[in-house]
Amino acid sequence: MTTETETPDAVRAKPLTMAAALNSAMRDALAEDPNVVIYGEDVGPLGGVFRITDGLTRDFGEQRVWDSPLAESGIVGTAIGMAMYGMRPIVEMQFDAFSYPAFEQIVSHVAKMRNRTRGRVSLPIVIRIPTSGGIGGVEHHSDSSEAYWTHTPGLTVVTPSNPADAYSMLREAIRSDDPVIFLEPKSHYWMKESTERAGEPLPMNRAAVVREGTDVTLISYGPTVAVALATADLAAEESLSIEVIDLRSLSPFDDETVGASVRRTGRAAVIHEAAKFGGYGAEVAARITEREFFHLAAPVLRITGADIPFPAPLLEKYYLPNPERILHALSTWEWDD
Amino acid sequence: MSLTVETRATIGLPDAEPLRLIEETGTVVAPKLRRGIDLPGADTLLELYRRMVIARRWDTQVTALTRQGRLSTYPSARGQEAGEIGTVLAMEAADWLFPTYRDSIAVMTRGVPTEQILSGFRGDWHCGWDPQEHRTAPQATPLATQALHAVGLATAARLKGDPIAVATFIGDGATSEGDAHEAFNFAGVWRAPIVFVIQNNQFAISVPLSKQTHSRMLADRAVGYGIPGFHVDGNDVAAVYAVVSAALARARTGDGPTIIECLTYRVEPHTNSDDPSRYRDSSDVELWRKRDPIERLARYLESEGMLGDELRRSFVQEAEDAATAMRDTLNAEPALDPLELFDHVYNVERPALREQRDALAGELDENGSARS
Ligand SMILES: Cc1ncc(C[n+]2csc(CCOP(=O)(O)OP(=O)(O)O)c2C)c(N)n1
Repeated sequence: MTTETETPDAVRAKPLTMAAALNSAMRDALAEDPNVVIYGEDVGPLGGVFRITDGLTRDFGEQRVWDSPLAESGIVGTAIGMAMYGMRPIVEMQFDAFSYPAFEQIVSHVAKMRNRTRGRVSLPIVIRIPTSGGIGGVEHHSDSSEAYWTHTPGLTVVTPSNPADAYSMLREAIRSDDPVIFLEPKSHYWMKESTERAGEPLPMNRAAVVREGTDVTLISYGPTVAVALATADLAAEESLSIEVIDLRSLSPFDDETVGASVRRTGRAAVIHEAAKFGGYGAEVAARITEREFFHLAAPVLRITGADIPFPAPLLEKYYLPNPERILHALSTWEWDD
Repeated sequence: MSLTVETRATIGLPDAEPLRLIEETGTVVAPKLRRGIDLPGADTLLELYRRMVIARRWDTQVTALTRQGRLSTYPSARGQEAGEIGTVLAMEAADWLFPTYRDSIAVMTRGVPTEQILSGFRGDWHCGWDPQEHRTAPQATPLATQALHAVGLATAARLKGDPIAVATFIGDGATSEGDAHEAFNFAGVWRAPIVFVIQNNQFAISVPLSKQTHSRMLADRAVGYGIPGFHVDGNDVAAVYAVVSAALARARTGDGPTIIECLTYRVEPHTNSDDPSRYRDSSDVELWRKRDPIERLARYLESEGMLGDELRRSFVQEAEDAATAMRDTLNAEPALDPLELFDHVYNVERPALREQRDALAGELDENGSARS
């Protein structure tokens, strides 16, 4: 990574994969704060199955970055005790569906500790979860479980869609005194981009308008941001002007940015990989309807995965929202012009 | 220092016969049967007695107040005082305790004020005390989950080089939970400075231990984790204190975790809303009531001339005074501020919570309800 002759600015100017951006966020946090520790399954010498923690055990030692026993409830449960003793643990769940053994620890303790102790015990824990599909993963390797976490008061849930955000949001998540569920779109790990940005990075809890448009607001996050942007490109050819929002933060929800956009366009559609029923899109649609009803020219649309378990690899393309499906939905959407 | 060690442990099965230092009759067990464990000194034994008397009176008072409706529920630890008080008195102030809902008397013995301990059962806030101040975690209800928190905190202390130890209580039923297994295993692998005290009171609500495990005894599990295991007479406070003290001392000096099974009995219902007549014989209960841990120690102390009527009366009086003070505290209405509901969920204020808080404030103003 950083060599002695390169300035940090020069490093940032280089295109970086999301994997490398996440790695350097953890590397910088480890260097900055001795209380930061990282553990999980295979995160040590192997660097994790996605290599996100590559080289960290080598460079910071086994006392800072280590392989834990293979048990997710144990990983999260022990992180709670560590955080109570002043550590800032970053733990990795190997895949989305393998975070479920830790569900009780996350929902009953990580999320509730600060509230149940009347603000006396905060838990600065980051739970990193590679999430969603699009990589041809076999069964249980492609779930989008955001709604479980966003439905849980006490959790902060964020998801980057690009390398620059991956770096700045993970740094902020590690600095946060509240526990953060950090959802990493695994299909984007190898996406390469310069992480150079003008000015201060946008705070983790704010949504970003990543493309301006006038006719429709597409609300996306994590892996669907790229899908929404591709849709906007296609739509432009048909002279439909699409504004794309990258939510970045799923909890809290940035009503301000989303509301301002919807007030401009009058139409909103939310796109996610997770199943539709009771999904995150339902919350987005309800919030927009409650707050911006008189600005809406059409009901808020949800373009999502189907209400079925995530399909086997060869069938996932029929499940995942894609630009054609989104455009079709937009074109058959009932509204008064 | 590395967190894990390369060589794996070979450890033998614990003795099946529970370790006992003082017989039920109050006589001391012969030195050759004490397995190298010494009887605690006279001052310690007297202090264990005093604290058990206070704890018993406290527990009885809380049960009474619960029957009167002052608390919504209370899981009593009557009859389990030896495990509770023996463990807590073996701890040092810098050590951390991770208790369950059953262990209020242990929390009380750690020095947490009554109204703070009972705030959860009374219903004014889930956990009423400052865990950092008392080095005592909130009482856990989701079974066995706290054992993992305890292992994590113990490991953090080890990583920071602090010579402290951690103790956690686990019920016999809770040992069936996956988190108990994960906690024992993580503790073994990370050599966490922790002592797991299994309070085997033989029932998980209505379910007897025979329906939880097919193993000879719970302490046997330790072998599988490469951890020393002990089976202790959980109604002999001298034995509990001695074994827990030794385990905590080993933990503090880097020798890793210990699992201690205290064999005792839940003489009370699970909570005030339980009906034990549906699942157990009252003659068993009577048998165990007679095996009272406090009376056992009293018999020993009396036979040694260490506890006379006067001292005994002074302890009873002290316990009575504490119970009276507690009743007065709990008879006062707790201060409730409904708007505080929104204050502690996050460190960073959220607009959505502010809106909900304002809405509740509006309701309260409309109803003219008093806010403290
Ligand atoms: C995960 C979980 N499942 C179920 C319960 C409901 N429950 C509360 S106490 C209890 C029995 C626990 O028995 P044991 O561990 O032996 O402890 P004891 O109450 O006897 O002290 C049960 C089933 C719970 N609190 N947590």
